[in-house]
Amino acid sequence: MKILITVRGDFVAPRFDLSAEVIVATCYDRQLLEEPRSIILSEFSAEKMCDLVLKENIGVVVCGAIEEKHYQFLTWKKITVIDSVIGPHKDAMEQAVTNTLAAGTLLPGATLSRTTS
Amino acid sequence: MKPTFTLQSLPELVELLNAIPHGVVFLDTDLRIVTMNRFLEAMTGFDAHEAVGVYGDFILRSNLSSNDQICKKVLEDGQSVARDGNIINKSRLTIPIHFTLSRIEKDGSPVGILIVLEDMSALQAAKVDYLESEARSEIIGHSPQMESIFEFMAVLARTDASVLITGETGTGKDQVAEQLHKVSNRARQPFVKVNCGALPEALLESELFGHVKGAFTGALNDHVGMFRLADKGTIFLTEIGDLSLQLQVKLLSVLDDQEFYPVGSSKKVRVNVRVIAATHRTLKEEVLHGRFREDLYYRLNVLHLHMPPLREREGDVRLLLDHFQRNFSEALGKNFQGFSRKAIEILSHYSYPGNVRELRNIVEYAVNICQQAQIDAEDLPQFVLKASPQVPPQSAVHSLSLTSSISPDLSAVRPIGGWAEIEKEKILDTLKLTGGKRTEAAELLGWGRTTLWRKLKKYGLN
Repeated sequence: MKILITVRGDFVAPRFDLSAEVIVATCYDRQLLEEPRSIILSEFSAEKMCDLVLKENIGVVVCGAIEEKHYQFLTWKKITVIDSVIGPHKDAMEQAVTNTLAAGTLLPGATLSRTTS
Repeated sequence: MKPTFTLQSLPELVELLNAIPHGVVFLDTDLRIVTMNRFLEAMTGFDAHEAVGVYGDFILRSNLSSNDQICKKVLEDGQSVARDGNIINKSRLTIPIHFTLSRIEKDGSPVGILIVLEDMSALQAAKVDYLESEARSEIIGHSPQMESIFEFMAVLARTDASVLITGETGTGKDQVAEQLHKVSNRARQPFVKVNCGALPEALLESELFGHVKGAFTGALNDHVGMFRLADKGTIFLTEIGDLSLQLQVKLLSVLDDQEFYPVGSSKKVRVNVRVIAATHRTLKEEVLHGRFREDLYYRLNVLHLHMPPLREREGDVRLLLDHFQRNFSEALGKNFQGFSRKAIEILSHYSYPGNVRELRNIVEYAVNICQQAQIDAEDLPQFVLKASPQVPPQSAVHSLSLTSSISPDLSAVRPIGGWAEIEKEKILDTLKLTGGKRTEAAELLGWGRTTLWRKLKKYGLN
């Protein structure tokens, strides 16, 4: 299963439609199969982000705020969307891999350090 | 990590914030949340307790692309910033928001930022209906001409481009300008009206752009000027055709760069102002006569709205008569039963050279004079009773003046048009004489055919 996290700096990006970077990782049996890779998008666009999700054959999307229409589109495409996640993307990835991440999670690292934007 | 912002009376402050009917959040200097009110909790879906200490943007989730850049700028220079944008809440709902960011200071040093989030969704939902219906709220008219004006106004209100309103005196140019401002996004900002024809040139420059203390004799204090007063709002320059050429240059540069130097100042001032200009003159002709700058004309004429004269507005006279009669009757505490058939007949056939303003004054006169229950012909002003219904309209005089050779009897009212006008008439006369034959006309005028062709093109006669 492939996991995609929209990121800004070291954190999960606050908005799906305003993310220019994603981290993609493949996992199997609650373990990462490879080093997560980063993809930089040329522009901010929720539609292009959805295209990328489909093209990369993603199974789980982890993001911050996402509009209802994009959420509905992705779930209609049988993609699990875990939204409103706040915190470091590394922690989010760990929990996503172990299938313990839930929508609206405020990860402990969210209040510990500054982001780089 | 604990937020760096400390306030001794924070619980009281939170209670105070809860009473505010807008979302309010305090950020510390690291842009982390110190506290937020209940309204914002409802708006975002996040609980204030879980949000404390979290980087503000993660909770607000706004589309202000460089949110932290804006916050940092507010922290640095202390100037409040207002922006329109949106947030996406926990229920994945996009809410249009008007953000206002202000710096909080303690003992002269910045301690944080206060962000007020005003929910604009109700306003935006009503906006479409409002634009359609309210664009006309203070302007009365059901004629097809006015209907198309209202439709166009709804379009104009959505843009931020300069608007040029033309029309005869008394057609309601000022009303339209004010209405355009009221239904635009700048409605909550100032609307400043300046009559360019009412002030002498030197005074007008200072009035428009402001001056600094000591700029000229009598400049005892700094003067902000209308453009700065209208910052973020709309400035309405009425009688723009009366503006001097020198000020036209300055106005053009303001329109282009949105910045200017106040009189006597070496410091440039930046403003964000929408300009609406109005004139009863035909600016195109003023340009031809060299009295109005062509570049400014094209800059102002981005969107052009022409107010039709009252005599061309089918059926509106009766509507306006009833409206003003009702208004003045109420004001005077009289109870009228409208106009008599004869009075209506006279008023319907009057040409109203002063348009709605004149009609209003006629009704005011009649309501004051009338002693019976119904306004009759004898209650109307003498000039209305005596006037011929065939009074030439202003625009007709205007158009006839260009071809005055056809109607020499109107030469008395012909405006002075300079050499260009004389030459144009000369060409028309000659062409008339030669029956439209250009070669013969050129010979008679003593020009070559090319010269005649060039001049015909110049005056738009071909």
